[in-house]
Amino acid sequence: MFWNKELECMDREQLRELQGQKLRATVRKVYENVPFYRKAFDEKGIRPEDIRTVDDVRLLPFTLKSDLRDNYPFGLFAVPQSEIVRVHASSGTTGKPTVVGYTARDISNWADLMARTFTFAGATKDSVIQVAYGYGLFTGGLGAHYGAERIGAMTVPISGGNTKRQIMLMQDFGTTILACTPSYVLYLAETMEEMNIDRSSLRLKAGVFGAEPWTEAMRGEIEQRLGILAIDIYGLSEIMGPGVASDCEYKQGLHIAEDFFLAEIIDPDTLEPLPYGERGELVITTIDKDGIPLIRYRTRDITALHPETCSCGRTLVRMEKVLGRSDDMLIIRGVNVFPSQIESVLVEIADVSPHYQIVVDRVENTDTLEVQVEVSAELFSDEVKRLESLGKKIKHEIQSVLGINVDVTLVEPKTIPRSEGKAKRVIDNRKF
Amino acid sequence: MVKQISVFVENKKGRLARITDVLGKGGIDLIALSIADTTNFGIMRCIVNDPEKALKLLKENDITASTTEVIVAEVVDKPGGLAYVLGLLDKADISVEYLYSFVRTPNENALILFRVEAIDRAVKALEAGGVKLLDEKDIYDI
Repeated sequence: MFWNKELECMDREQLRELQGQKLRATVRKVYENVPFYRKAFDEKGIRPEDIRTVDDVRLLPFTLKSDLRDNYPFGLFAVPQSEIVRVHASSGTTGKPTVVGYTARDISNWADLMARTFTFAGATKDSVIQVAYGYGLFTGGLGAHYGAERIGAMTVPISGGNTKRQIMLMQDFGTTILACTPSYVLYLAETMEEMNIDRSSLRLKAGVFGAEPWTEAMRGEIEQRLGILAIDIYGLSEIMGPGVASDCEYKQGLHIAEDFFLAEIIDPDTLEPLPYGERGELVITTIDKDGIPLIRYRTRDITALHPETCSCGRTLVRMEKVLGRSDDMLIIRGVNVFPSQIESVLVEIADVSPHYQIVVDRVENTDTLEVQVEVSAELFSDEVKRLESLGKKIKHEIQSVLGINVDVTLVEPKTIPRSEGKAKRVIDNRKF
Repeated sequence: MVKQISVFVENKKGRLARITDVLGKGGIDLIALSIADTTNFGIMRCIVNDPEKALKLLKENDITASTTEVIVAEVVDKPGGLAYVLGLLDKADISVEYLYSFVRTPNENALILFRVEAIDRAVKALEAGGVKLLDEKDIYDI
């Protein structure tokens, strides 16, 4: 099923024309309205009129997540604040979040893109869509919500958590499409089994799952346990939120909404563009956004692009499931976690930089994060209660910075493996 | 007052064996020993014949350790012996962080090791109560 067949199945040459047009407009807009970009363009000696076709995008400078932080909160907005109708934010490497702003037109376009995604999953105005992504500064909840309403589906804005209630409403309302993280839907399936609720008591047909990396094996498990179609959805708040790309029923990669987002793959070391099919870092230029247009935003997600027309008939380029990152960011239960956030807490408490290691795992489909801290002579106390409260203090401080539950283990010095004197900071035991 | 060595021990198989091996190979004699354990870690506390050397050995082997001043008191080895000593501390409003006893040959007075917050006040209170306190020299001769 298509939401906008003309755009989704557009001839690729024609699409390039459209992208070129939108790119030129975006470049002019940011040059005129965003001092950060004017300076970056000037430094590279680039004038907006130098950008003629979509291929010229590679002349432009990159934008990093840290650029959003350095211009916190609204420095990269391209419109006066009075034009902004909503902000969202995601956590950054330090205490300050990265903030994005949307104009009324952005919100409407976003709703359209999410409507497209739900249509990929088979949604119509007769559907009942339960949005179990968190509502708030996180883009998941409201992004999915507006898309579901745009289709005209009956939208259930239940937000995350309260699993038994989720199941009850799914039964009572006849929910046909569920939107949440893949780990949460598996937890939901387990809870149903514990409560002896048969899936035949649900009308669920499909799910739109994203906001964290997941494997084909997890998809198989979700589809089999609930008897539904599981669609993978990709997005990031800096670019828009959910709806940047999504699977169709053929699951041959996520179709990027190229009429809004110009996608490139680069070598993260040389920063040179890579051809279709090669794996590298995904870089996105928003070519139809007013609030905060971003030029060549480095997503840090590792993937490859495939331009061949999909079995569904869509010509939109397909990106492979994201299975890695080119930086050290971890996604734990949908939350962005940087090791440096944990390190800064430890430095503050210990007054020195202790050796530590972050161990990530997935236990019963839920991500776990353990921080192991070596007990140096400075941290050591002869008294059990002092050491225990040290562990608790570290735990609470990290939790308040990250906003997710962590376990802290005190370990003996030199037990964390080091290579060339440097400790390996992150052990990720999750299988992607 | 006597110097006690405290060692951080991770709750993992073989850790205690390694620590005692380091001390043993260095010719350190363990005179008294106690282990406090929690679900996540333990603290091994001991009195040794040469605390300075023991601490050096442990540090060289990347084992976290520290020294703590503790009180060692001779307690009459009969019912009520320990209660009398603890009563003296209680009356002086001194709380005990932890204590453990020494292994000694039979028929002698028991030796009890105390860790308290207010160590100087505790010494005064115990001595005023007629309790014999041992210093390092007495201990290393055991």
